[in-house]
Amino acid sequence: MSLTVEQVKERNRELIKEVLEVYPDKTAKRRAKHLGQYEEGKSDCGTKSNVKSIPGVMTIRGCAYAGSKGVVWGPIKDMIHISHGPVGCGQYSWASRRNYYIGTTGVDTFVTMQFTSDFQEKDIVFGGDKKLEKIIDEIEDLFPLNHGITVQSECPIGLIGDDIEAVSKKKSKEYAGKTIVPVRCEGFRGVSQSLGHHIANDAVRDWVFDKGDKHPEFQTTPYDVAIIGDYNIGGDAWSSRILLEEMGLRVIAQWSGDGSLAELENTPKAKLNVLHCYRSMNYISRHLEEKYGVPWVEYNFFGPTKIAESLRTIASYFDDTIKEKAEQVIAKYQPLMQAVIDKYRPRLEGKKVMLYVGGLRPRHVIGAYEDLGMEIVGTGYEFGHNDDYQRTTHYVKDGTLIYDDVTGFEFEKFVEKIQPDLVGSGIKEKYVFQKMGVPFRQMHSWDYSGPYHGYDGFAIFARDMDMAINNPVWGLAKTPWKTAA
Amino acid sequence: MSQNAEKVLDHFNLFREPEYVDLFAKKRKEFEFMPPDEQVAEVREWTKTEEYKEKNFAREALTVNPAKACQPLGAVFAAVGFESTLPFVHGSQGCVAYYRSHFSRHFKEPTSCVSSSMTEDAAVFGGLNNMVDGLANSYNMYKPKMIAVSTTCMAEVIGDDLNAFIKTSKEKGSIPAEFDVPFAHTPAFVGSHITGYDNVMKGIVQHFWDGKAGTVPALERTPNESINFIGGFDGYTVGNLREVKRIFNLFDIDYTILGDNSDVWDTPTDGEFRMYDGGTTLEETANALNAKATISMQEYCTEKTLPFIAEHGQEVVALNHPIGVAGTDKFLMEISRLTGKPIPAELEKERGRLVDAIADSTAHIHGQKFAIYGDPDLCYGLAAFLLELGAEPTHVLATNGGKAWEKKMQELFDSSPFGKNCKVYAGKDLWHMRSLLFTDPVDFLIGNTYGKYLERDTGTPLIRIGFPIFDRHHKHRYPVWGYQGGLNVLVWILDRIFDAFDANTNVPAKTDYSFDIIR
Repeated sequence: MSLTVEQVKERNRELIKEVLEVYPDKTAKRRAKHLGQYEEGKSDCGTKSNVKSIPGVMTIRGCAYAGSKGVVWGPIKDMIHISHGPVGCGQYSWASRRNYYIGTTGVDTFVTMQFTSDFQEKDIVFGGDKKLEKIIDEIEDLFPLNHGITVQSECPIGLIGDDIEAVSKKKSKEYAGKTIVPVRCEGFRGVSQSLGHHIANDAVRDWVFDKGDKHPEFQTTPYDVAIIGDYNIGGDAWSSRILLEEMGLRVIAQWSGDGSLAELENTPKAKLNVLHCYRSMNYISRHLEEKYGVPWVEYNFFGPTKIAESLRTIASYFDDTIKEKAEQVIAKYQPLMQAVIDKYRPRLEGKKVMLYVGGLRPRHVIGAYEDLGMEIVGTGYEFGHNDDYQRTTHYVKDGTLIYDDVTGFEFEKFVEKIQPDLVGSGIKEKYVFQKMGVPFRQMHSWDYSGPYHGYDGFAIFARDMDMAINNPVWGLAKTPWKTAA
Repeated sequence: MSQNAEKVLDHFNLFREPEYVDLFAKKRKEFEFMPPDEQVAEVREWTKTEEYKEKNFAREALTVNPAKACQPLGAVFAAVGFESTLPFVHGSQGCVAYYRSHFSRHFKEPTSCVSSSMTEDAAVFGGLNNMVDGLANSYNMYKPKMIAVSTTCMAEVIGDDLNAFIKTSKEKGSIPAEFDVPFAHTPAFVGSHITGYDNVMKGIVQHFWDGKAGTVPALERTPNESINFIGGFDGYTVGNLREVKRIFNLFDIDYTILGDNSDVWDTPTDGEFRMYDGGTTLEETANALNAKATISMQEYCTEKTLPFIAEHGQEVVALNHPIGVAGTDKFLMEISRLTGKPIPAELEKERGRLVDAIADSTAHIHGQKFAIYGDPDLCYGLAAFLLELGAEPTHVLATNGGKAWEKKMQELFDSSPFGKNCKVYAGKDLWHMRSLLFTDPVDFLIGNTYGKYLERDTGTPLIRIGFPIFDRHHKHRYPVWGYQGGLNVLVWILDRIFDAFDANTNVPAKTDYSFDIIR
């Protein structure tokens, strides 16, 4: 007894009305603008986005520091990223994002380490610039193979008037032009992680690109591309890179999962930038196009339908040999994809999914679910902008419930009423829904699994969704002697 | 192509397949501009030397891999231990996302907490409006019985005054005038998460006992025979508090656990999400003033709370995360002394069983060297237990340990012949520990999940005891306090020792003569 689209829309309207009732008037008015549903034919999802979260509502969002240190800069493996300020920010974000990399940690790579200036009261009172200088000296002394340093500002830095730009310049001069990047990603800036992405992108522009060509000897080819906006969570960038290489392209840089400073530096030499996470790295892609004339194209490597579409789109920027090879790649993996779908689709057909994630995922993963016969009934962005919601219209169906910057309360009520077969969201939401007996997968960290990108990743994705939904534990949640009547 | 629909390869194995190994090698060679392998090997070896250790210990400004978090984390930990209490952290919102994630990764449970979501304009004008709106929203949406307010460093740097802000919020009608909103300033640049725990615990007790920020008369103390108990910031809070309750029940005494988060971080999966569960009731918290005495299980988590309670006329007892026989003896004897009740025969029997277990296994632990790191009280409790087992806690390190702790640890070492070669490191981090494990190696390491990097780099087998434990499940459900808890710790240590023995003796025809079936 599935509902018609009109019935779904009516239910959604009622549901939104119901959750808004709990709020004080002012808050209800503000939240109403972020809740809605997609109407067929519209150019966006009818919701406002990228505005301040309301105090006290339990937003799921993070901060600018999380966007810069945690997302954009943190994975650059041969640089040391100082969490500049008190100890906590670096501690909570220490190695938790699963940005895989190859390297000898503590010697030539540093991703899963926590470097902090551990601010004390005296640093707040007297300023932290002297301490920062000394920290850079100590890093140079103890970690001689590091290729650069970034200063990831925590809240107090911008409030106490520290001049981290001056310190960075001074120390860079002292260490023979070493790359030292001050990043003004204090957590209070902006409304979410999103501004941190932008600030981090701008820091690459100003403190890496604008320092000139560091590798003039680097030989380019007509097939050079850079992967932009893949953080290599559980190895995503690797299972993507392999496909690009198989179709004859040469991946000269990964931004930023398993990336190195040299890769960033050489990116202006690419012939095409292929952009996965539009939200966090569209800024630098636009800059590379404007200043260096490198075109960029968005792609989607979740699920065979979107992968094939994307491989063809990327190939269209190159000659016929690449186009042919792209077809060969698609053909090569076709039997594997068919086998995965044959195995899992019968177990997942018709299952309803609600998503609430960040970056590109609230739309990008939809195709992968649909390849398995599943249906997305609700989705929303933690820190999306209007251009994200516009892009979402290409993915969602009429009557899909949309929730921007959802609050803990709203999300719980929506799931309670809609009763999806699966919720895909983050660690803070996971256990709430599992307690309710709703299968759940973390769609930020891949729930410690992955990769989910590329053909190799889709097999894992399908297996994981099946194990979440068709898991015997959900049959145990109801106490048998209480289910009568 | 190695991926396979029949047997799906995970990241563990997928990336070891030749096509990926080749991809990694080519990427490194052509694009990464990394140092040559020989140079990496050379530097790696250099980091193991005495010379490197000296440089490392000469650090004055840089902290690398610290074993501590910031105050508000402890604030949230303490707050969720009270009945239907919503922690409200005033400041930037990202901090709250971090605390919630951090606890959920350790306990595998939801952690509810809100932020006042301050941004640039609040940095300039102060966060009063955020507090006024935030309290109203939280109150209406999440129907708490109490909202416990603490601060992030942002609010502290700009100097927001919680007392005044809460008062104004009430005047503006955000929340009813009589609604309980205890508060504590918890600057992240002072102390650590244990300091935040202390500040909030004191803030909540003070709120109820001293007249709710001047809005009602202070309570008059009418002494009774009850005992208060404070656990402190403790990764084993679920198992520990249940064990402590069992002990108090065996004693058959009245008691109040102040900050009982054992239920809220251990809710069932039965179709219902419980945002709040269990916890010390507000009435119990107020009545705790009348107790005869308060026992703190962690001295360094209650440095302000205990003196505050003492000032109100109670006797206070500070322990140091007692683990093992003598530590538990002292805990029980203090309860007995304070209440005048004898130690129950059942506990006496449990004591004998723990001693029995130690006697059975001591040969394998005796003389083994350990490195320990963690919060100051936990380090103390573990070191005392190891000494009791005839082991040597060679390096004991607490990033958030101070001078007083350092002295206390040294006194503990001095009290035992096994403590002769042991050393305490206050204010040091895990990069210091890495040097120690190379220059002065030990047999085993005890610490939290981050110790796995030390195990990987130095080969020292890690026994996971501490907070956070992200990569092993459900340990927090087991107590480490009481004789039963001592038994758990003993078994965890022994399991790792025997695993290490087996791993060291399993090469056929080379070492497997010692691959004993009985140990």
